[in-house]
Amino acid sequence: MALPKPLTNLSALADAFGSNSIRVGAIALDREHAIAMAGELLVASGRATPEYTESMLEAVAANGPYIVIAPGIALAHGRPSEAVLEIGLSLVTLAQPVVFGNQANDPVRLVLGLCALDHDSHIEVMAGLAALLADQDAVNSLLNSVTIDEIRSLLENAG
Amino acid sequence: MLGDNRDMKIIAVCGMGIGTSVLLKMNAEKVLRQLEIEASVDATNVAVARESRDAQIILTTPDLVDQLKGLPSEVISIEHFFDLEEITEKLSAALL
Repeated sequence: MALPKPLTNLSALADAFGSNSIRVGAIALDREHAIAMAGELLVASGRATPEYTESMLEAVAANGPYIVIAPGIALAHGRPSEAVLEIGLSLVTLAQPVVFGNQANDPVRLVLGLCALDHDSHIEVMAGLAALLADQDAVNSLLNSVTIDEIRSLLENAG
Repeated sequence: MLGDNRDMKIIAVCGMGIGTSVLLKMNAEKVLRQLEIEASVDATNVAVARESRDAQIILTTPDLVDQLKGLPSEVISIEHFFDLEEITEKLSAALL
């Protein structure tokens, strides 16, 4: 996708979250349920097909709970494939923390879904995400948000 | 000691090579700059990493360490990807 001028990291981050990509205070029964919700939001926001959600679940089954990248935060994703329509992120905050099986970082309260077309075109988005997640205050605000609008404004303004 | 740092090659590895490993690569690059170590960091998936023979260091998550055994690279596992202190400590121990 050609853009007229380079976007900053943070607007690239906010743009990666399409409409209907965020859900607040969801109730997940287990790890698979939580990951499936993040996948469904990528589908709902037009960034991936339902097959991509399947690949997210297969990835965690095959490779383990390493996707819990920081205390309380999971980054669920599959691999680039035809099931990916456009780079996208989704976000689910969980009403009740869910155990993913990651000793260091369980339980999970925030699940991010990610789909990418290839291995490097989403680097700018990831840089924005890294900056956001490294900011503990911003993460706490995300976790404590009760509306989608609050989360949107954090995604647009954090950093 | 691993000798000439200018040719240092590090790979950051996750299951798919698009999410976790990219975040790990970015934070590792930040740490390397602070340590003033010149090295290239590439993000990749575990299947590609298993075929690689030219990386001095592999950064990955505790879950994937077993899948990366037997390679000539030193495998370092990182538990908290946004904890630059953890990354600094482990990379310094391996490189300095």
